[in-house]
Amino acid sequence: MSQAEVATIPESEGFKISWSDLAPFIALAIIVLLGAMINSNFMSANNILNVVTRSAFIAIIAVGATFVIATGGLDLSIGSMMAFVVGIMIMAMNAMAPSLGPWAIPAGALVALVVGSLCGLLNGLIITVGRIEPFIVTLGTMGIFRALITYMTDGGSLSIDRSLRSAYRPVYFGDFLGVPYPVLITLVVVVLGAFILYRMKYGRRIMAVGSNSDVARFSGVHVGRVRTMAFVIQGFCVAVAAICYVPRLGAATPTTGQLWELQVITAVVIGGTLLRGGKAHIWGSVAGALILEVIANVMVLSDMVSEYLVAAVQGAIIIIAMLAHRFTSSR
Amino acid sequence: MNLPLSKRTAADVANEPPVLHADSLSKAYGPITVLSDVTLDIRAGEVHAVIGENGAGKSTLMKLLSGHAAPTGGTMSMSGEPVTFADAVQAEDAGIVLVHQEILLAPDLTVAQNLFLGRELSRGLSVDDRTMNRRTAEILARVGSTARPTTRVGDMPLPQRQLVQIARALQDERKVVILDEPTAMLANEEVDALLGIVRKLREQGIAVLYISHRLEEVEALADRVTVLRDGKMIGTWPAHELDQRQMAELMVGRELSMLYPPKRGTASAEPVLKVEDLSVDHGKVVGSFSVRPGEVLGIAGMIGAGRTELIEGLMGLRPAQAKEITVNGKSILKSDVQTMMEAGLVYLTEDRKGKGLLLNEGLGPNLTLQALDMVSRGLRLNRKKEARTVKSAVKEYDIRIRTLSIKAGQLSGGNQQKLLLAKVMLSDPSIVIIDEPTRGIDIGNKSHIYRFIDDLVRAGKACVVISSELPELVGLSDRVLVMRGGRFVAELTGENITEQNVVYNAASSGEDTEGRKRL
Repeated sequence: MSQAEVATIPESEGFKISWSDLAPFIALAIIVLLGAMINSNFMSANNILNVVTRSAFIAIIAVGATFVIATGGLDLSIGSMMAFVVGIMIMAMNAMAPSLGPWAIPAGALVALVVGSLCGLLNGLIITVGRIEPFIVTLGTMGIFRALITYMTDGGSLSIDRSLRSAYRPVYFGDFLGVPYPVLITLVVVVLGAFILYRMKYGRRIMAVGSNSDVARFSGVHVGRVRTMAFVIQGFCVAVAAICYVPRLGAATPTTGQLWELQVITAVVIGGTLLRGGKAHIWGSVAGALILEVIANVMVLSDMVSEYLVAAVQGAIIIIAMLAHRFTSSR
Repeated sequence: MNLPLSKRTAADVANEPPVLHADSLSKAYGPITVLSDVTLDIRAGEVHAVIGENGAGKSTLMKLLSGHAAPTGGTMSMSGEPVTFADAVQAEDAGIVLVHQEILLAPDLTVAQNLFLGRELSRGLSVDDRTMNRRTAEILARVGSTARPTTRVGDMPLPQRQLVQIARALQDERKVVILDEPTAMLANEEVDALLGIVRKLREQGIAVLYISHRLEEVEALADRVTVLRDGKMIGTWPAHELDQRQMAELMVGRELSMLYPPKRGTASAEPVLKVEDLSVDHGKVVGSFSVRPGEVLGIAGMIGAGRTELIEGLMGLRPAQAKEITVNGKSILKSDVQTMMEAGLVYLTEDRKGKGLLLNEGLGPNLTLQALDMVSRGLRLNRKKEARTVKSAVKEYDIRIRTLSIKAGQLSGGNQQKLLLAKVMLSDPSIVIIDEPTRGIDIGNKSHIYRFIDDLVRAGKACVVISSELPELVGLSDRVLVMRGGRFVAELTGENITEQNVVYNAASSGEDTEGRKRL
């Protein structure tokens, strides 16, 4: 109130970290501790590397999803889009393999990045130009991408050419100074994402659009462009995940990436990004992806709970995270 | 405004017992005392006005009296019996209701559904819409609303919603009705209707506690006036002992220097903004106008006359076409906020909270959103520069804050308006369009903003002011354009800029009269 307000400029209070921002990391630490207590193998370097590597796909896609969700959007098509991009990439690589040899791999990866970005652009344009809810649009494209990959694989599987396998394999299984490539790629994507979101004009505009699109519009922000761009970034991230994914199994099937959208959205939300937009925690999303993977791993290693219940536990996690958020923020 | 004065004498009022008595009420949040030692009587059948600047403690007092917050000191009694309220429901059960300033209605429900929300009447298992609609019509008639019970609230204009909100508060028997800035959203004729309702309540023997910024309403309506300043009670006076000027001086605690700066006289330079045949919302609003450097152009009109729409169309925020728009000699082919800003024209919206500021964000993101280029290098934000910009804006615009990490939503109305002003001024524009420059802000901040506008045009810039507050429009403008029904109907200059002339042109379709140039 007024008597406490003064006309002087207060000093900045420096960098303040709130508990709710740290929550996903604390949760991750607790789960890791539990894992270590339950099974001594959990903390072995091998297992840890394995878990972190496996969480890379969800983490990379979650970076893109953080952008979309920060603008107040939602993308349900990411799982199917991932399968579709994987399919296109394999087809492109196989087609180029005879002429380019191992160079078909980077060429195919480039194709994947372009196709992924275009898929995102498609989502974004339908949403902004057509003025339709993101939920509905991406529900539609989710079905379309899924059907396309089923059609492309003819209901079976679409495998990468034998000649490319050994050259491509290290992208998932190889490492640099002991750090697996998928982990390095994730780090690069996250750092880039954080830079865009927190240090660039575009990131500021994303937050403005997500927290109040009218204010953004009245401030001269091209709201449609900002939202579309977020979907393009999402598509690009899906493609990066696809590039890391193919060497792992070497094939696309109609079930590739199935239900990943749920895992990704769970990771983003337990990471502290608000579903209604305007607040984004990119590092939190990564912690979220790790939490999901660690839980699955701990359940597999322990004999107490059947691993068939992994999805149930992950589902419970998002609800618990939201309840915790409710209690910490209502104080 | 033409308000009949039907006040009773102070002696009449004094003989009635207090329905609600507050004895040295205080409220502190932690170490910060926001209200101290307020003693107040409210009697049946009186309108008791509470006035004070923003932050004076009016809202806090209202919350304490209506059970929305618990006092940290002092007592309350009703008709001599001590009372405490654990929450607003208990206060309502005791007959005290607070009508909020903000509209708290579900937009997708009908008027009747809103009125009976949470206590729907039913017949067997199904809701009894017929009875609820009938009862709603009765209640609406009581407050002078002509709305239909089956209308969706979201489809109604704001003032109508305000009446519905008041109607909802009045559907039960009430002893004390607290109205918090009930006219903030209303245009003049609706204000008159509302004042009529308040008088009717008084005739029914209800005690009305009336909070308002508009001193002319207080003067016309109140039986007694209590003044708060900085959380302290200054005193209670019979209303007829105070005129508006004295009330204002009691509120600010000093003699008011001239609220409006002296006029600057006619500007003769070439117009910096020329708008020809701008047609907005597919012809609903059409207008041509121009502004010269060194002048304040006022745009007057009733709510719904199309003033805001015209300007939003000009800024490309609504579908619009124009024969020609020229800003600082530059012809604008396709207008949008960014292009206009680059040409030197900015617009400050009337909807501070909905369209002006990101309430959940801090000062920096709000201040720089429109002119991010000012604080970036290439695509990258320069956050140090942004922090410096924030500090200098806080100083220059006298934005009063306790901490730099405050969120825009936590600022008082006046400080929000100053932040918004700082935001649009960041690009150093030469033409500024301000829509309702002082809506809902207190008198100290008002005069601050008036001085700011004056400084601006004295420095050779141009300013367009849209305002529903006639004294403000008349006090500021060098030239006034009056809108009615989506068209400009009159231009007033010099001596002809009077409240009467503005109202006459804005409200009537009257004949041409001497001194008023018809367009």
